[in-house]
Amino acid sequence: MPATGHRVIGGKIVQPSSRRQSTSVFGNLDWFTVLIYFVLVALGWMNIYAVVYSPDNVVNIFSFDINSGKQLVWIGTGVILMIVLLVVDNKVYEHLAYPIYGAIILLLLFTLAVANPVAGSRSWLDLGGGIRLQPAELAKFATALAISKFLSNVSLRQQKMKDQMILAAITFLPAVIIILQNETGSALVFGAFILAFFREGMSPLILIIGGSAAAIFILTLLVPKLYLLIGIAALMGLAMFLDYRLMRRFKTMIALFVLVVGMVFSVDYFVNDILQPHQQNRIKALINPEADPLGYGWNVTQSKIAIGSGGFWGKGFLEGTQTKFDFVPEQSTDFIFCTIGEEHGWVGSTILIALFLLLMMRIVFLAERQKSVFGRTYGYCVVSVIFFHFVINVGMTIGLAPVVGIPLPFFSYGGSSLWSFTILLFILLAIDANRNRELVR
Amino acid sequence: MNYLENRKYVIQAIFLAVGVVYALRLFYIQVVDSSYKQAAETNAIKTVIQYPFRGLIYDRNGDLLVQNTPVYDLMIVPKEARNIDTLRLAQMLDIPLEDARERFKKARAYSWVKPSIFQQMLSTQDFAHIQDNLIDFPGFYINARTARGYPHQSLGHALGYIAEISPKQLEDTSYQGYRPGDYIGKAGIEMAYEKYLMGKRGVKYKMVNVRGIDKGSFKDGAYDTLSIAGQNMVSTIDLDLQAYGEHLMNGAKGSVVAIEPKTGEILAYISAPFYDPNLFTGKDYGKNYMELLQDPDKTMFNRPIMADQNPPGSIFKLTQALIALEEGVINPRTTYACNKSLVNCHPHPSPLDLYGAVQHSCNPWFFQAYKALINQGKSKNTFTDTSLGLKDWREHVLTFGFGKKLGIDISGEKSGIIASTDLYDRVYGKNRWKYSTIYSLSIGQGELGVTPLQMANFMAIIANKGYYVTPHLIRSIGDDGKPLAENYERHYTSVKPHHYEPIIEGMAEVVRAGTARRANLEKVGIVVCGKTGTAQNPQGPDHAVFVAFAPKDDPKIAIAVYVEHGKWGGQSAAPIAGLMIEKYLTDTVTMKLQEKWVLSREYLNIKSK
Repeated sequence: MPATGHRVIGGKIVQPSSRRQSTSVFGNLDWFTVLIYFVLVALGWMNIYAVVYSPDNVVNIFSFDINSGKQLVWIGTGVILMIVLLVVDNKVYEHLAYPIYGAIILLLLFTLAVANPVAGSRSWLDLGGGIRLQPAELAKFATALAISKFLSNVSLRQQKMKDQMILAAITFLPAVIIILQNETGSALVFGAFILAFFREGMSPLILIIGGSAAAIFILTLLVPKLYLLIGIAALMGLAMFLDYRLMRRFKTMIALFVLVVGMVFSVDYFVNDILQPHQQNRIKALINPEADPLGYGWNVTQSKIAIGSGGFWGKGFLEGTQTKFDFVPEQSTDFIFCTIGEEHGWVGSTILIALFLLLMMRIVFLAERQKSVFGRTYGYCVVSVIFFHFVINVGMTIGLAPVVGIPLPFFSYGGSSLWSFTILLFILLAIDANRNRELVR
Repeated sequence: MNYLENRKYVIQAIFLAVGVVYALRLFYIQVVDSSYKQAAETNAIKTVIQYPFRGLIYDRNGDLLVQNTPVYDLMIVPKEARNIDTLRLAQMLDIPLEDARERFKKARAYSWVKPSIFQQMLSTQDFAHIQDNLIDFPGFYINARTARGYPHQSLGHALGYIAEISPKQLEDTSYQGYRPGDYIGKAGIEMAYEKYLMGKRGVKYKMVNVRGIDKGSFKDGAYDTLSIAGQNMVSTIDLDLQAYGEHLMNGAKGSVVAIEPKTGEILAYISAPFYDPNLFTGKDYGKNYMELLQDPDKTMFNRPIMADQNPPGSIFKLTQALIALEEGVINPRTTYACNKSLVNCHPHPSPLDLYGAVQHSCNPWFFQAYKALINQGKSKNTFTDTSLGLKDWREHVLTFGFGKKLGIDISGEKSGIIASTDLYDRVYGKNRWKYSTIYSLSIGQGELGVTPLQMANFMAIIANKGYYVTPHLIRSIGDDGKPLAENYERHYTSVKPHHYEPIIEGMAEVVRAGTARRANLEKVGIVVCGKTGTAQNPQGPDHAVFVAFAPKDDPKIAIAVYVEHGKWGGQSAAPIAGLMIEKYLTDTVTMKLQEKWVLSREYLNIKSK
């Protein structure tokens, strides 16, 4: 390129915004995030190998016969994918947010219509040649784009009922289709966008009510209904006793209590009569693994034995015993954290948690430094999804979250998952690398 | 909008809170919680595969044939095995120092933290000796399991043995569910009834300390699955008879098979030389096995079902007579002269009818009877006629269970050989052989091969007057004691029952006043029907054969005795059969002279003719 000091974009001549500013997207790239990304992917890859490793039959980590070899292909194609995402003009993400969203919704419906059930789930699209795609994974970034686009609309009134309804529709339409595909776990992820809404002005009350509702939900399954209601009544009484202002709102408090009673009973009804047996088991296993020791409780128990046996320092790379021999199912995908826990102990587990915290904090930092509402919202959407996956995936292996079949971002085995998170993150990095161009425009 | 920006702190606080809660939870699970702490100290909660007790096997009288005995594997975890006095260890285990070093190396190469076997199958005595010293060898501990054990030294060939599953079997999909190191039936009953005997594995989560000493089950065994023991079974074998038969055959080579005619139940199954099945348990199993495999007497050769290369000799004359009677070419009063120009014979009265011919085993008589059977004049061409005759004859013979596998319930059975038109066509050319080519079949020589099992089965057929039940070693599986229906099907021969009568009369004369007087049990009131035979052996002294059943009127036992290099059936095989029949029917042995004669082995030294 001739050193003319300006570039041609879309037929218009654009001046570089600053002399110090690099013109290359790679020059402005947040390499710190990229580094964390590659560290996580590499560690995941090694652990995928550790899962299949058997001292009796050592297979090279690069062998395509085993998951680690295949994962390497996904990682390699992921790198190509990220370069494409970075060099494409970043404005397409904002301009084409709705078309992308629409296309993905159609793809989800198409999948629902044509997919052959795989283990009861109708979410896989067979592309031929043994390659399968799970469009539900792509729905995450598409929905994040659409939400960001909608919230960046200057004429938006968050307090208006109509806008709220549209936002909810954008968020939950893909989730509903995914539930119909029988992938409830993936659908739950869309609830995570509530964090992004909160940042963009949603009433904190919703967050608090949501949190309380979740707590009551779990407690309903854990504690006999009568004791639970007595306990809640006592708590409310104590609150009113301590704060006289609440005393004056006596009627409101009574109404609230009636609401809680209704919820407790409807949760009971929902879990025992509406949910399918396998969904019931997942929730019940969280509450009481012993209730179903050979079913879902088995997963949780085995996973805890594996992690617990790791001790402080772990048994060492490839030296795990519990995580081999298929004692923990879905070892490479949903229960990959067990391998870390067993082979690298508390130290390794904590380092991994710290790495995820670091990544999430960094994304919040990136989101906050965006000059557009679109960029910021998208950043929060990204971190919401990653956070949700992290909380559920790690939580279920240590018995703190229900067994929901969702992978650990960047870490678990599987092409769809790795690609999905790569797309999610690198669109943000592409937007971030070009954030200063917003001014020029 | 500034107040909204502060919400980022709320969000970050949520992240941080979750991170801290998870880290604390992990700390609790991995470091604090007592039930996991135990596991953390000892590397793992040991998932102990619960090997089910393999099914026991009883004999027909309820005596134990196969049981389970405890054995102990010495395990090593290299990481914990520090400062080991290798020399003392080698002395303790009674192995060369080099071996001990080699085993250390192997264990380290396998895994630093996972246990591997250092010394397999220590006996209870060895274990008691080592146990007290084990305290000085950190990283070593004992893993108890069970091996097969036998409260007797008999029946090795029929029982078979169990051993570690081979890599080849592991790859085979029909052995799904087996893991490396599992034991599996490798021969005999252990192999044939593997799926009933093995039971179902369970898993137990156990907490053990560094020395491998049990510290109780994990979480009170809430996740354990129980193993289900294999099914016990009842064999048809009479252990007393078996042991007595082995006593008589000790030092000889050959086979003894005894069958209860009506049921096909095998009462005794001897392949001599035999071996003590206890050799295949314990730590010297590999060495013992190789020694037996290479021994010149071919101990591992399962003679009763595998020795099918030798002709049956004179006992086959009975088959020929039965078929000739059925075809109507002779009757019991048919008389032939002992014409030695046809085929050689020994001195006896002449001419003879069927009874006499059986009693004196007259070769020319059977030459002529068989000729009448083969050349019935169905074709004018003598070549074609012989071919047609042989074809019909062969079909009769096959119904006696000769020339095919009988289907005994252990593997390795051979089918034997029965001369066929195809065989002669191949050797001599079509229409280029006639009776003079094949006459030796008439006296049980030539292109015939019969296993001892088939011989005993043949006796069962005569005792039953025309049918047999497939000989088998297992009567029932499980505790209900119900006989296995598939083992009790009757197979009928093509010869009608009344034709058996004159044969049986002749056989009674063989024992009373013929070639097998050494099997006579008239003194104890038992009428034995039998027939001697000599199987020509080009490699050395002829093999002796004696087949019999008794008592004549209500047969309870049919027996075939085959003594390699025993020369004449009457000298060696007959007394063994007589003694075993007496033992089985009366539970005592009164013919002490015969017993002494058999045990002296003098019959092996009689000069050959």
